Amino acid sequence: MSDETLTADPPAESASHRGSGGGGLDRATMFRWGVRLVIAILVLTPPFYFEPSWLRVGQYVMIGAVGAIGLTLLTGQAGQLSLAHPFFMFVGGTTYCVLGSEDAPGRVGFGLPSLLALFGAIAVTAALGLAFAPVSSRVRGVYLGVATLALVYVALYLGQQWSSLSGGTARGRPSPDLNLFGLHTLKAEPEITIFGTEFQREHRVYLVFALILLIAYLLAQGAVRGRPGRAWRAIRDSESAASALGVNVKRVRAEVFAISSAYAGLAGVMTVMWYRLLKPDESEFAGTYSIVVAIAFLAMILIGGLGSVGGAIAGAALVFGLPGMLTLTIGGSEMFGTSGAHAITPTIFTAFVYGAAIILVVLFEPGGLAALGRRLKMTFARTQLGSTLLSPKGS
Amino acid sequence: METFIQVVVNGLGKGAVYALLALGFVIIFKASGVLNFAHGSFVLLGGYVAFRTQEDLGFVLSAILGVATAGLGALFIERVLVARRPLADPIALALLTIGVDVILTEEIIRRIGLDIPFLGSPYDGKPVHVGEVTFFRTHLIALAVGAVLVTLFFLAFRYTGWGVAMRAQAENREAAALMGIRRGRVTGTAWVIAGVLAGVAVLFLATQDFSGSGLSRSTHAIALVAFPAAIIGGLDSTGGAILGGAIVGLTEALSAQYISFEFSKVAVYIVMLAVLIVAPSGIFGTRERTRV
Repeated sequence: MSDETLTADPPAESASHRGSGGGGLDRATMFRWGVRLVIAILVLTPPFYFEPSWLRVGQYVMIGAVGAIGLTLLTGQAGQLSLAHPFFMFVGGTTYCVLGSEDAPGRVGFGLPSLLALFGAIAVTAALGLAFAPVSSRVRGVYLGVATLALVYVALYLGQQWSSLSGGTARGRPSPDLNLFGLHTLKAEPEITIFGTEFQREHRVYLVFALILLIAYLLAQGAVRGRPGRAWRAIRDSESAASALGVNVKRVRAEVFAISSAYAGLAGVMTVMWYRLLKPDESEFAGTYSIVVAIAFLAMILIGGLGSVGGAIAGAALVFGLPGMLTLTIGGSEMFGTSGAHAITPTIFTAFVYGAAIILVVLFEPGGLAALGRRLKMTFARTQLGSTLLSPKGS
Repeated sequence: METFIQVVVNGLGKGAVYALLALGFVIIFKASGVLNFAHGSFVLLGGYVAFRTQEDLGFVLSAILGVATAGLGALFIERVLVARRPLADPIALALLTIGVDVILTEEIIRRIGLDIPFLGSPYDGKPVHVGEVTFFRTHLIALAVGAVLVTLFFLAFRYTGWGVAMRAQAENREAAALMGIRRGRVTGTAWVIAGVLAGVAVLFLATQDFSGSGLSRSTHAIALVAFPAAIIGGLDSTGGAILGGAIVGLTEALSAQYISFEFSKVAVYIVMLAVLIVAPSGIFGTRERTRV
């Protein structure tokens, strides 16, 4: 049996086949490339036009996107609910700092090259994800969701207690500078100027994050379209059927958990680079590695459409992007005329928006933004404008 | 020895409150197959109404009003949102309640603002001395109230028509519907009861003795500790919720006393993970069986 006959992503492709006869596939392909071009322009041009504060919003969205891709593979593709993302982010960030920075009084450091530290962080988080296998391969559904919540508390506790690694809740520890083949990202060295724009720290971090996100996206997309993705969806839909078809259910469950953890670990490294500081949380319900963040990631993948890699990125743009954008456009603490202790801050407003988005998605569009996108693609492929624009051969 | 007795009683007092919350999770899970992540916000809702009306109505009336609001709030969420999707995937419904929780919690926390109120005014902070041992009054009252409510619930569950209908529905939803059991009514009642239990729980949660902090985001977080309680006992076992509550309360109190306060938060979850490795559906939970 060839791989092609089983390739998933059927709704879009089969629909466009049916919809418009011979020219349909071309149009859908053209549409996809058109979208990719627009995204490439949207992602690559900001460093030349936007203020560093806006670039920081973009960077933060990309952190969310990398984490959300990992979670959508686990929850959307393989059907395992997880709230453990903040734990793996914390471990990833800590590993990066420990491996990548020099020994200092009261702080352990190995002083490895930063790129090695980055891969070390990914490897350690993946290994920890595998170590969770006794739980992740046995426990199912909502039980697993609550079981993974335990790890958020473990991260909190370790962060508070193990200050030689984490730097402690009071001070934290600085992020190592990611040095890509002599090109520093957290320092503006060596100086680079492209098209008259001087590439400062925020510009560099932005482009490095974009590169990381691109790699993360391509790997996930490849896995979803290939053999691993078929195994994940098989165990999601029915474990007994999957097992009858020769899928090693236990192993696949553990593997996808490890992969998802590695993505979260990578997002953790990015978080540390973004803050330029690793700082463990002081409480479990507010902070960078808290339950709130675990829920924010679930919101991203649900709003984006469970299981959709592109949708996860769109969800991250909403959940992680909106507070920053509102702060920059409307300004800090005051919105809608309220101020002081009861003010509707951008963070609260974003919580309202994504809370409502979750409810609306579950009630009315279980496919999320990804399904809306697919629908848009089909509508576009059918319209006159679409056919003249996208089908040079005519149909 | 005195310290040990004191710690055990305090642990059981906390456990009673966790049991009320865990019972709420279990009832909702049995009736509609939903893990209700919005439980923490029902807790806050009841607490907020009680706090707003406390000055005008006095403790008892405001407490009743708060409890009633939490119950009606839960019913509203069930009727307007959950009942619309009876066939949806359980994980999707769990996520739906996360959406509800995010909105309700943010709004209530925003309304409370910076002055964090304590709710247990008549009993909070007045210790009781029995010989050498000193107990928190909050824990003793919580234990008594918990015992009464849980007994009432089990009597109703065992002997009333609603209890029979509820058990039938938990057993097999289609069959129950075919036998003429009104699903909407049973499920609605289940959510009201869960909301009421959450409303009672907050009167103990937001006290000096219980958490050291008033009605705030941390109350919501403490309500999450009832998750492990429900899971340890088994999500579909009402008796398990009570056992789970006791285990969680004791674990927390003992580890806070003999190891450290910071460790007590993790200890609960470590116990839960240990239980799950041995029994993936909790102690009394129904095992998932696959037929090939």
